[in-house]
Amino acid sequence: MIQAKPKVRHPGLQKNALGLTRRDYEGSMSTLCAGCGHDSITAAVIQAFFDLDIPPHRAVKLSGIGCSSKTPTYFLGEAHGFNGVHGRMPAIATGANAANREMVYIGVSGDGDSLSIGLGHLCHAVRRNLDMLYLIENNGVYGLTKGQFSASADVGSLSKRGEPNLQRPIDPVLMALTLGASFVARSFSGDRRQLLPILKAGLVHKGFALVDIISPCVTFNDHESSTKSYMHTRERYLEVVSADFVPPAKRIETDYDVGTTTTVTMHDGSLVRFRKVGEEYDPTDRAAAYRYISGKQAEGEVVTGLLFIEEGCCDMHEVAGTVDQPLTQIPFDQLVPGSEALSDLMRSFR
Amino acid sequence: MEPTDVTNPDYYHKVVDCQWGCPAHTNVPEYIRLIAQGRFTDSYWLNRESNVFPGVLGRTCDRPCEPACRRTRIDGKPVAICRLKRVAADLRDPTESRLPEIPKVGNGKRIALVGAGPASLTVCNDLMPLGYECVIFEQLSKPGGLMRTNIPAFRLPGNVLDEEIDMILDMGVDVRYSTPIASLKALLDEGWDAVFIGSGAPKGKNLEIPGRYDSDRVHIGIEWLESVHFEHIDSIGERVLVIGVGNTAMDCCRTAKRLGGKDVRVMARKSKEYFKASEWELADTEEELVEIMENHSPTRFILEDGKLVGMEFELVTWHEGSDGRLRSQAHGTVEIPCDDVILAIGQDNAFPWIERDIGIEFGDWEMPVVDRTTFQTTRDGVFVGGDAAWGPENIIWAVEHGHQAAISIHSHCQRMPVTDRPAHGMNLISQKMGMREWSYSNDYNPAERARMTHIDLRERFRELAVEVELGFDPEQTAREVERCLNCDIQTHFIDYLCIECDACIDICPVDCLTIIGNGGEVELRARLTVPAENLEQDIYVSGALPQTGRVMVKDEDLCVHCGLCAERCPTAAWDMRRFELIIPYAGQASCAVHA
Repeated sequence: MIQAKPKVRHPGLQKNALGLTRRDYEGSMSTLCAGCGHDSITAAVIQAFFDLDIPPHRAVKLSGIGCSSKTPTYFLGEAHGFNGVHGRMPAIATGANAANREMVYIGVSGDGDSLSIGLGHLCHAVRRNLDMLYLIENNGVYGLTKGQFSASADVGSLSKRGEPNLQRPIDPVLMALTLGASFVARSFSGDRRQLLPILKAGLVHKGFALVDIISPCVTFNDHESSTKSYMHTRERYLEVVSADFVPPAKRIETDYDVGTTTTVTMHDGSLVRFRKVGEEYDPTDRAAAYRYISGKQAEGEVVTGLLFIEEGCCDMHEVAGTVDQPLTQIPFDQLVPGSEALSDLMRSFR
Repeated sequence: MEPTDVTNPDYYHKVVDCQWGCPAHTNVPEYIRLIAQGRFTDSYWLNRESNVFPGVLGRTCDRPCEPACRRTRIDGKPVAICRLKRVAADLRDPTESRLPEIPKVGNGKRIALVGAGPASLTVCNDLMPLGYECVIFEQLSKPGGLMRTNIPAFRLPGNVLDEEIDMILDMGVDVRYSTPIASLKALLDEGWDAVFIGSGAPKGKNLEIPGRYDSDRVHIGIEWLESVHFEHIDSIGERVLVIGVGNTAMDCCRTAKRLGGKDVRVMARKSKEYFKASEWELADTEEELVEIMENHSPTRFILEDGKLVGMEFELVTWHEGSDGRLRSQAHGTVEIPCDDVILAIGQDNAFPWIERDIGIEFGDWEMPVVDRTTFQTTRDGVFVGGDAAWGPENIIWAVEHGHQAAISIHSHCQRMPVTDRPAHGMNLISQKMGMREWSYSNDYNPAERARMTHIDLRERFRELAVEVELGFDPEQTAREVERCLNCDIQTHFIDYLCIECDACIDICPVDCLTIIGNGGEVELRARLTVPAENLEQDIYVSGALPQTGRVMVKDEDLCVHCGLCAERCPTAAWDMRRFELIIPYAGQASCAVHA
């Protein structure tokens, strides 16, 4: 049994602006079940960080508990990381981001971690518009505890033992829309062509970028009566918009047909270009998006794509009015000026 | 593209670069694994099936397998395939024999063979067990051909050669030593059922420049080596010039060093990048402090009072013309003093003993026309192989010629068409031993190629027969076997099992897999995870995958056969299966494909 992916690599591997190859963005080898959707998402995350030329040591990866929450070990081996208690990852991310706003934050969570025990934390992170990419690797079951239904399981979906799920699911996409999220997407671990530009746009987006990713559990939830299997997802897959991510450097050389696209300019100058795939869909209209997605959901279809984006909202730091300089870089005596200064402050409120 | 047909033995055979590159298609990865397991005797006999002279070839082979080795494309240095073969030969149990039994009653067919070199010996090796009576006519007093007379004993000890030749001769081959054939017509008139010509390319090329015939100190390389072997020559002057820079030149100058040559130089007309000698033979020569002088074009021999005192060379530089041909430019002359000159500028075939009116057609350069597949001349029942067929090659080619000629001779004697060739077969067997467990050592080992240890320089020149290479020690062997990528353990894909989870693609350390919409080969190659630019290597294309109709494509170029794709596959759509090429020899029918 091979314990670590061999270091040998293809000599023709592309290098990014930092002179790194995709292999330099890997972590240790996955210990998840063979064929887990999460591993495919990990590979897409590696590709996204590589494509965006983000130095691995400038990234912070955060997670809670669950199969999904193991995955940060498998990418960006040189990044900072924190594996917190169950469901509390958004709170830890908030603290980290408050202290150092210059890092790139990615949180990986699952349907158990985010929609059950950590639901409150997730809602408030959305509300705060915390500047991070937040992935929900959604497979509808608690894989780590042998396949019990999670809060995202669809009504009527059968467990591996044949028991139907009777409780209605929480849909993270609809929930995030009602909470005022500024970036909401749904994708599928088996469609990297769609997932990759969404991850890149989510990393660049200033604010909270929530991506719900259907990620089949091959061991407990990839059978014929599952609604989160590879086969079921591919059959009910409805890509409503297709997003292209155009980094600032490529902007000039890319021409596009204005008539058929909606273009959103991100805060760093990159573009997200939406191509219409099927019916009329406007990814900048929150109410219409909600109506469309919930309608299709009732018909049993899985709507995917970068479903809603609102660029230019205030993130947590802007709302709080914090200084531009990361708190971690402020000399300690300025950051903590002592009890005298505190007393002065308290006096000013009297 | 159409789905790849992996039941055609050629497809997986081609993935095993060394085996495909070897003229005799020796099962290299399997014999290396046997060495790794300490099964030297098994390894030796597996080798012998295809290449007949493992002990000889493990020291002298021209190694077409090594430049082909996939490891070269991974870390720049091939597995030391050749010298591992020697390990098996040196460490095998010498008392064990797995030679086939020779029938007590023959089949009544009599074959005459001209020359007792590797080609003729291989023919005998294949035909004797079928009951043929084989008679070899050899002009010298010992068997082996150029293996014996042209490869100096410091590279190939006599006992190693004798042992492997005797295995064949002891089958009951009748060798008539010191019996040169002066007339093929006379031989044919004796009524043989078939005649095989394995007489080599015995004529060393001459250098027709002024002074050539004015001294007896100018020698023809291969003749000189032969004389040294038979101890007709046991000394040479202190200053020796060897003209030519092929492998024979290397043997000549190194032999000269051992016969008393102090200042031995190899004179090359061209510059280093055009040298014909194998890279390793050049290195071994330079190690013995022989100077190799490039860009020296010989113009005349210099004699004083009828005695050879030196040679004159024109200094030249080379540049490639627009037509791709090399042109030289002269820059004056230089005289280099010497006592002896050895000419090693190539070999020619010579067939003065074949009459031109006996139905054997001759083509260009006075060479008989020989069929590339059947090895038959234009006269039924007369076959040619080894260097005699198309000029100088090397031992392993002669062996393969022998195998193929034996098939033809057998067909000819059974009144079957010689053009019907038995087909290769194959076995494909899963190597899965359990969850993520395989029967072979599948992890990539980053070890560097082992360096052969040579005997100390002073010790080396003590006697002509002191073998220079000491062979790999156990530690070197243990490390080197792990460098083999086990290319015969194939990544076998079953398309209908695939659920397109991408696990194999993401885990592959060398990015050789892609799931993609099908297309034409050229544009498909360009669209892969890493574009497949090595056109000598095939790409595998599966049938349409069940969920999306896309195809699995594998670029065979850099696969390290680590099996991670199969380890990470949830549905066992990937499996690691050992490919065994089944090669038919004389008397065997086409082999079956078990996939």
